[in-house]
Amino acid sequence: MTALYLQSNSCTMELRRDVFQAIADPTRRAIIALVAMHAMTPGAIAENFDSSRQTISKHIQILTECELLKQEQNGREIHYHLNAVKLKEIADFVEPYRKRWDERFNKLENIMKNYGPKK
Amino acid sequence: MKTKVHVEEGRQELLITRDFDLSVGLLFKAYEDPKIVEQWMDTKVVKLENKKHGSWQFITTDPMGNKHGFNGTIHEFIPNQKIIRTFEMENADFGPQLEFLEFEPLTDETSRLSMHVIYRSVKIRDQILKLPFRQGVNMAHNRLEEIVKQLT
Repeated sequence: MTALYLQSNSCTMELRRDVFQAIADPTRRAIIALVAMHAMTPGAIAENFDSSRQTISKHIQILTECELLKQEQNGREIHYHLNAVKLKEIADFVEPYRKRWDERFNKLENIMKNYGPKK
Repeated sequence: MKTKVHVEEGRQELLITRDFDLSVGLLFKAYEDPKIVEQWMDTKVVKLENKKHGSWQFITTDPMGNKHGFNGTIHEFIPNQKIIRTFEMENADFGPQLEFLEFEPLTDETSRLSMHVIYRSVKIRDQILKLPFRQGVNMAHNRLEEIVKQLT
């Protein structure tokens, strides 16, 4: 647990590149999509993939270290669920910048639609 | 989402694309005519020399009444096709950025603008992305601010 905690710390400290790398991988994105629907055990997640359980387990570990997944102990079983707040943070990172350009371009479009007689 | 911003982590560039319900001619005119630039960019156009080796200068007044200068050099200017220019925010530490603007017709009445922007470093690109971001962050999300700090 201590080791995991330390790794999790390094994920957030070592720039958010790690988080972006975490979501850049298609398998990991598929895991996120699965877990987004409902909390799942590692075994149940692995059943959805052709890869070995170990491989999926490694992906889950990376996603957990980057706080995209959260563990939940249910008796003997560990369930993983999506940390939606974290995912939203990543999605929102570029959004204000995009929105600013979008508004600017909307304005351009409106101005030009009313510009002189259309050819 | 008509405007798309493509950003890859660890790279010193970004790509903005936007499809317009305008002919490519009208779209390009919005970049060419200083009177129109002033309207959609909310800026004063001091100079806009639309030619190779030309230069441009804008002065924008923010809601607080502060004036911000922007300037750059035009490297290529091909009507209805392409503008290559530099862009620099005055009194900022970012230095100039290089911009490749490409205009293409999709149909007679629609067009696409692709804007490829290259910064001096990854760090500067990320700082510029954060400029409008930080304002939003100040509203509430302390957690987000922590992450932003870690980016620098």
